[in-house]
Amino acid sequence: MAQEIPVVWLAASSCTGCSVSLLNSASPSIKNVLVDEVIPGIHINLRFHQTVMAGNGEQAIQALEDTMKEKKGGYVLVVDGSIPSGATVDYCVMGERNDKPVNMEDRLVELAQDALAILAVGTCASFGGIPAAAPNPSNARPVREVLKEKGIETPLVNIPGCPPHPDWIVGTISSVLLNGLPTAADLDDNLRPLTFYGKLIHENCPRRAYFDEGKFAKKPGDEGCLYELGCKGPITYADCPTRRWNNGTNWVIGAGSPCLGCTQPEFPNLPMYQKVEDVELPVVGAYWTGEKEDE
Amino acid sequence: MAEKIVIDPITRIEGHLKIETVIEDGVVKDARSTGNLFRGIEIILRGRDPRDAQVITQRICGVCPQSHGVAAALNLDSAFGIGGNITDNGRIIRNLIQGAHIVQDHILHFYHLAALDYVDVTDVAKYTGNDSELNSVKTFIERGELGPFVPRYEGDYRLPVEVNQAATAHYVQALEIRKIGHEMVSIFSGKIPHSVGIIPGGVTCTPTVDMITSYLWKLRKLQDFVNNVYIPDVIAVAGAYLDYAEIGAGCKNYLSYGQYDLENGQPDVTKRKRLYVAGVASADLIYKGLDVDKIAEYVTHSWYEDYNGARHPSVGETKPNLEKEGAYSWVKSPRYDGKVYEVGPLAKLLVSYASGDPEVKGLVDSSLNALNAPPTALFSVLGRHLARALDAKITADNLAKMVLEVKPGEPVFKEYEIPEESRGFGLTDAARGALGHWIEIKDQKIANYQAVVPTTWNASPRDADGNPGPIEQAIIGTKIKDKDNPYEIVRIVRSFDPCLACAIH
Repeated sequence: MAQEIPVVWLAASSCTGCSVSLLNSASPSIKNVLVDEVIPGIHINLRFHQTVMAGNGEQAIQALEDTMKEKKGGYVLVVDGSIPSGATVDYCVMGERNDKPVNMEDRLVELAQDALAILAVGTCASFGGIPAAAPNPSNARPVREVLKEKGIETPLVNIPGCPPHPDWIVGTISSVLLNGLPTAADLDDNLRPLTFYGKLIHENCPRRAYFDEGKFAKKPGDEGCLYELGCKGPITYADCPTRRWNNGTNWVIGAGSPCLGCTQPEFPNLPMYQKVEDVELPVVGAYWTGEKEDE
Repeated sequence: MAEKIVIDPITRIEGHLKIETVIEDGVVKDARSTGNLFRGIEIILRGRDPRDAQVITQRICGVCPQSHGVAAALNLDSAFGIGGNITDNGRIIRNLIQGAHIVQDHILHFYHLAALDYVDVTDVAKYTGNDSELNSVKTFIERGELGPFVPRYEGDYRLPVEVNQAATAHYVQALEIRKIGHEMVSIFSGKIPHSVGIIPGGVTCTPTVDMITSYLWKLRKLQDFVNNVYIPDVIAVAGAYLDYAEIGAGCKNYLSYGQYDLENGQPDVTKRKRLYVAGVASADLIYKGLDVDKIAEYVTHSWYEDYNGARHPSVGETKPNLEKEGAYSWVKSPRYDGKVYEVGPLAKLLVSYASGDPEVKGLVDSSLNALNAPPTALFSVLGRHLARALDAKITADNLAKMVLEVKPGEPVFKEYEIPEESRGFGLTDAARGALGHWIEIKDQKIANYQAVVPTTWNASPRDADGNPGPIEQAIIGTKIKDKDNPYEIVRIVRSFDPCLACAIH
């Protein structure tokens, strides 16, 4: 008998872009993930995802709450979107209990306590993201902050990106299924898997040579490094340049656009199309300029 | 005796929607549509660099970001004084990005959001053939863990076993096809969701001949699917659920901003030549031109500080107040000329149909002939599904022409300066209908930004005169066969393809 891993997906203050990105998973396809054995011997059993599931209203909520009770300690909780708090905690609600709407913070706390692990998918769930952008009208918080305040110690992995690449989501899930929960050595300080977020965009950018030569694009469509057009590649950790997007079709800088820095906690508070100032850029060409001795 | 049915959440749509109805003698007497998530993106935009609007507003919605990108870019073009005066490549590539996304969005809606209301996936358990995808679904069913396909409302699955099986195979196939639509967007726009190619002044990427060829041949796969699978499936479902051509009409006023700019040189977006014409029409199918001054939003029953009457979006405001008496939704209530209007592919096609557009008229009439149905059948649940499929075809067929008009290596970007003070607006039709963005710039920063989004129209609550919104009107009067399985309600709601993250933002 194959093992069944129940999964519930909670959409908080989100735009559903993370779910749509997951739909774009190339190999395995989303059908492989949901219907087949995603890893030999293991089925993902998606019990609750409001954009996908057939059930409606109460019966959908029932599926969510049954999973929480019946699979206590054994289900994976995925969250996309950030979570309103404080006086504005009811700015995001879903489903009713005793004829009163239930807010997302309460849903998250309930589900998080008894989950096997939590995946915060997307920059909103990981760091606050769009809803938490200044002046943060709903006091939206990332999953990590809610868990910390409530003293919940369920293991958490952040998979940021606006949206995250499907490989980052499926890859992290597969890694957990194959190797168990990630250790501290597998994650950076922002709880991002180093496998996907270990290097700066700038380190692997095909336009890096332009940067090193000081050849900068002055307007969209120009050749050259996009740094002066606002590129956040020098401060952004993700493997987009080598992984590329949409089944390897293209990526942000490949389309002539500066990287927007969407996997970073700062996103989207930095202006998109203004040069990043005060950034410590890596020294390049030291070997050739004679600043570094041949070893 | 009156009974209440509350459906929260409405699943298989984008976002957080609650529908509350009162049923009397088996008929819906009253309906309320409640949007349940407020993020305040219009507030977040204030004080930012205006160019950020196309990045931030795409994040209003991860299902249709590129249409927000187009609306924002048209809005900024107009505020920067270059409206209708960008390069041909810039204009055409925007169309290619938006169009490819819309074709895949309609496929996604029919198969992955709507179909489970009509198609019984569990019939695949009886499958005996050799199709490996269907056999893998059969194995899945035999495991007995049927999430996410069960639970569901039971009691009204009407298609024969073999049609259910074929439609399930198409559900799986459609997952792959819609992904190709996203690859087409990515060719010119870097990635999707939340693409980067569309910017004020044009687009970011200089096209090459291989991009054009790749786009064209991916498009051929979408066209093949739309013509030979999607449209026939809609017609097959329609044949078994013909009573749904008679319910869910609602307000019968239709509004479209038109879509896909076909020319440069016209600064006024409402007068620009477009593939789909801007305008309004009602049940009489008489075409009238669009007057943007007639658009205004009420917040009487929405969780915002009241203002007197209705406000034009150019001076709109967004001040949340969840405690407000009489309010029941985060969605505002946009009205046109004071009246309730539906938006979406059906509205877009009906407006073009009423204007006498030969391509739209020919296709709509021949489809109605195939179903032996009169034009009034379009004002319905099935009408919306059919219109969406026909929109996919018309869009895909025209993209095949447009992509060949792209000039490799030619400029894609028109330079501009951000003015100290300015105003602008941008209008397009998104996958779900008429989408408008309005901006006011002061000190080169965003002073005010307002978005009136398709589902803002469709899922709106009552206005100051007490007129229910389009979805509310479409539900009221519907006969409910089984109050424990009110499939009529969810089928009506889903036919609008609601997107609540959009509607409220």
